[in-house]
Amino acid sequence: MGTLGFILEAAEGERSWRLAEYVKRGGYDALKKIFSEKIPADQVVGELKKSSLRGRGGAGFPTGLKWSFMPRQFPGAKYVVCNSDEGEPGTFKDRDILRWNPHMVIEGMIIAGYAMGCQRGYNYIHGEIWDIYKRFEEALVEARAANLLGNNILGSDFSFELQAHHGYGAYICGEETALLESIEGKKGQPRFKPPFPASYGLYGKPTTINNTETFASVPYIINEGGDRFLELGKPNNGGTKLFSVSGHVNRPGNFEVPMGTPFKDLLEMAGGMRGGRKLKAVIPGGSSAPVLPADVIMECTLDYDSIAKAGSMLGSGAVIVMDETTCMVKALERLSYFYFEESCGQCTPCREGTGWLYRVVHRIEHGEGRPEDLDLLNSVTDNIMGRTICALGDAASMPVKSFIKHFGAEFEYHIQNKKCLVPEDVQRAGSGFFKVS
Amino acid sequence: MLEIEIDGKTTEVADGSTVMDAAHKLGIFVPHFCYHKKLSIAANCRMCLVQVEKAPKPLPACATPVTNGMKVFTHSESAVKAQKGVMEFLLINHPLDCPICDQGGECQLQDLSVGYGQSASRYQEEKRVVVNKNLGPLIATDMTRCIHCTRCVRFTQEIAGWMELGQAFRGEHSEIMPFIEKTVDSELSGNVIDLCPVGALTSKPFRFAARTWELSRRKSVSPHDGLGANLIVQVKHDKVLRVLPLDNEHVNECWLSDKDRYSYEALNSDARLTKPMLKQCGEWREVDWQTALEFIGTDLKRVVRDHGAASVGALASPHATLEELYLLQKFVRGAGSDSIDCRLRQTDFSLDGKNVVPWLGMPVADIQQLDRVLVIGSFLRKDHPLLAQRLRQAAKKFTRVSLLHAADDDQLIALHAKSVVAPSALAAELAGIVKAATEAKGAAVDAALANVQPSVAARQIAESLVSGENAAIFLGNYAQQLAQSATLHALAQQLAAITGARFGYLGEAANSVGGYIAKAVPGAQGLNAARMLSEPRKAYFVLHAEPELDCANPHQAMAALKGADLVVAMTPFKTRAIDYAHVILPIAPFTETSGTFINTEGRVQSFNAVVKPLDETRPAWKVLRVLGNLLGLAGFEQDSSEAVRTEALGGKPEFVSERLNNRAEGPAIDLTAAVPALQRIADVPIYFADALVRRAPSLQKTRDAAPPAARMNAATLAKLGLNAGMQVKVSSGGTAILTAQLDDGLPDGCVRVAAGHELTAGLGALQGEITVERA
Repeated sequence: MGTLGFILEAAEGERSWRLAEYVKRGGYDALKKIFSEKIPADQVVGELKKSSLRGRGGAGFPTGLKWSFMPRQFPGAKYVVCNSDEGEPGTFKDRDILRWNPHMVIEGMIIAGYAMGCQRGYNYIHGEIWDIYKRFEEALVEARAANLLGNNILGSDFSFELQAHHGYGAYICGEETALLESIEGKKGQPRFKPPFPASYGLYGKPTTINNTETFASVPYIINEGGDRFLELGKPNNGGTKLFSVSGHVNRPGNFEVPMGTPFKDLLEMAGGMRGGRKLKAVIPGGSSAPVLPADVIMECTLDYDSIAKAGSMLGSGAVIVMDETTCMVKALERLSYFYFEESCGQCTPCREGTGWLYRVVHRIEHGEGRPEDLDLLNSVTDNIMGRTICALGDAASMPVKSFIKHFGAEFEYHIQNKKCLVPEDVQRAGSGFFKVS
Repeated sequence: MLEIEIDGKTTEVADGSTVMDAAHKLGIFVPHFCYHKKLSIAANCRMCLVQVEKAPKPLPACATPVTNGMKVFTHSESAVKAQKGVMEFLLINHPLDCPICDQGGECQLQDLSVGYGQSASRYQEEKRVVVNKNLGPLIATDMTRCIHCTRCVRFTQEIAGWMELGQAFRGEHSEIMPFIEKTVDSELSGNVIDLCPVGALTSKPFRFAARTWELSRRKSVSPHDGLGANLIVQVKHDKVLRVLPLDNEHVNECWLSDKDRYSYEALNSDARLTKPMLKQCGEWREVDWQTALEFIGTDLKRVVRDHGAASVGALASPHATLEELYLLQKFVRGAGSDSIDCRLRQTDFSLDGKNVVPWLGMPVADIQQLDRVLVIGSFLRKDHPLLAQRLRQAAKKFTRVSLLHAADDDQLIALHAKSVVAPSALAAELAGIVKAATEAKGAAVDAALANVQPSVAARQIAESLVSGENAAIFLGNYAQQLAQSATLHALAQQLAAITGARFGYLGEAANSVGGYIAKAVPGAQGLNAARMLSEPRKAYFVLHAEPELDCANPHQAMAALKGADLVVAMTPFKTRAIDYAHVILPIAPFTETSGTFINTEGRVQSFNAVVKPLDETRPAWKVLRVLGNLLGLAGFEQDSSEAVRTEALGGKPEFVSERLNNRAEGPAIDLTAAVPALQRIADVPIYFADALVRRAPSLQKTRDAAPPAARMNAATLAKLGLNAGMQVKVSSGGTAILTAQLDDGLPDGCVRVAAGHELTAGLGALQGEITVERA
């Protein structure tokens, strides 16, 4: 476990997903350490708190703190749930973790179960990645055969069973309470909070839900210590983080870098801008994070605090890079359509508002915009944000608000001239799919 | 207790209360759509967003728990901005077709949009259109109007017990719909209309009949089951156009069963009898009241002279009012007979003379406090829809509800235990429960139960009753109709004594208790309903009843009536009385007369006429009063129904509970029951149970109104060499041709053939031996 990128980079060997390979890399050492050294649960949580590991699913909530909310003494069933329902446009890290290093997630979940007194776990895997689901199931079979799951794990008095659950592809099921509803066999719709899952979760029992990458970070923290993990990153932003870089770069893909790495460096790792064109904008944390113009993002480092200071979110670490050939109106139209389609329809502002937003943006893109439309869009997003049961309403609003804030001139040009500021053929060229005419 | 300040007013509320609860307590209105006091919290409409001090964003009042010292502002700038924002969203896809919407004038969305909506919409895009759904004959849909509050969904799931509606699809494409190709068949379905805050779900029979502001609202009481649900009857131009619930937490809460709600259709139907009819020389003629009444007077005197007063009998429906029943018995007794009865489906009268006046034995509202309940012999959900609803809610909390019955119909109640045995074995099974409970208590077992072997289910039920601290045992309609009903009573009474449980009856009809109070039951000299028919009388007075559908032995009843010299039928409807009666008098149904029903908990509920009597129809109490005068009988000088009531009740009590009694001194326990090769189980389906529902067209189109079949379990079908779907000839007394149907919830050797329907009116006794063969 010496390498910097301990989740993905470490797992690059042949058949790295196999249990034997994982064990060769030092896999399940953390679990064995807990059992052999009889590390109490409190200390595991303490180590996590020390590590400053923050939730990798997007919200960035301190994991150690979350685990400490679990009523460990609560009698009866308690659950630990892994959220692998990666549906955010631009995000594709969890599937790679499960593809190359599934046992690391399993080990992380077992440790979580141990730390929070849970005997049962679920991994909710996104509905559109069948091969990954299959691979994870295979890993579970291996783990069960090796008594890493089941009764009295490795001869200890701790028992833990883990199941995979295949979703059906709804974005909303990535919201933790909708995910719980979905596991229960109900329609995936978020629950109103409070009560939070820590007190009323799966089947009404205390439940902790973490992202795949969060669980995958746990074994390292136990092996190397929370302090070491924190040192990988920067204060309050411990560890390394996977960034899914997509868009107008030469080498899109997942990059595991320490927290606090300058954006510039990540862009370089991704091969720089495609065709040497100029960077226009970046969505730094998945489609629901506010967009940042080139000059702002180039000054940022990749950690929760720096991005937040710049007015956006680190989110799930999905970095969508857009160059100068991008029409921002068209880009927003596509994003708005996504949220319009994926709103669960439960609560009013999001159900009605996302369609309204999409239709207005669509109209502007198609040359039917009106001068009052930008004010209207801002006002509608104001009426959605903070008024909904879950964060999807906010997620749908933030792109609209930030696109207009940073690229308002482009929208106005569209409305006045009924066409794109970026000429159509330039856009086509930039897409990489068409030749310049 | 938690202290909270809302809009500057402070109050204290219990732990766990929501901001909405506190606002209600302070009398502060927070606009809302999805919130409903009887349903779970959904917090999806977002209309009740309020500003909470220190909270970064507005919070929904319905779902936000109160914390100590919380400060809430419901009308601050931030709160109102949020509420107005939500209202705008609700309206953008709403069709705003108020001028053609039945909900117009009583629409929450319309009302709140006055306060929170804008005069013009900023939404210029295309609006959503949603295809309507067929929810059955009772509920009309305009799904484009739906605002997705999911009150209807939660109602079917939580109150009606079976989630017949759900929200399918996502986002803007969301639609409320039933299961594909299915309708909403709950006996409580109409309540979703009241719950719907917009015009998406409206009453199908009422559709486009009137605007709500044209209707007068008049209070009344349901004439159907023993609960006596409180009604608001809506009237226009002396015609009943709609029935809504009147909130009464002690009786019907805010609900109505569908028969309470839709039976009014019968009042306006062609089936109404509007003129007195007299049969002369074999021909029916319309006559005036004078002629009809004088004919009765003369003929009755003749019968009494020729055959003696004891040859006169009266059969009254327990759906008649207290005043009608009281004057009828006074009239019959004045004429010298003691034979009057309103317990038409009862067969075992051995408790008569033992001071038993059966009733629930407790207030209806106390059902929720029971921790153990045993219901014996009841088609609970269909016989008592709203009492069953109370048990359903109780069972979700801490109440263990058990059922001993002859059919395994799904009660949609989470039953703790159940035992389903043939009717002839019900007493023995109950005896098993009594024995198991006695043993569990370590008491001496009754000698009559020495040979009883309790079944596993019986032990389970007994254990649950013994472990309870606030238990109750109820005898249902079916138990009351059985030939062994006195034995069941004795056993249930013993079980109650052993387990410390309360013991009661689920009253069959609106005035089952009232019949006893009005003395519309035979005295020591008189004959009961069964004997009046098995030992035919010369003259019969039939009040509100349809003997071919309402009696324990329709075949025998028709024979007795047809052989009589004088049959006076008093009914609001054109019934089969033309086959057996000599005079038919058009009397007022409950909406056209003042009267009183005493419900199963002994609650005296009086009501006024809500419309004028139709055509020549007259209230029965007036008719009986005139008849009394015509015969020169004393005590028929009452000038109002209130005077009759005061005389019948000896005052104006709100409850008559202290006159009711379920305890009998030592009724014999007789466990020897004849076991016929094939025995009948007769249910009285919900929409065949009384004259009104039988003639309500929309109710008759529901699935519950399907014509009776010969239902058997697979083993019985096989034993008889029958297949489901075959036409079979069913015989007991008379015969009927029915379709054989598979019902695996029935015990072996039993055929379930419903009563109360034209198709089975030719059959004999509702229980006992029956034969089935291929037709």
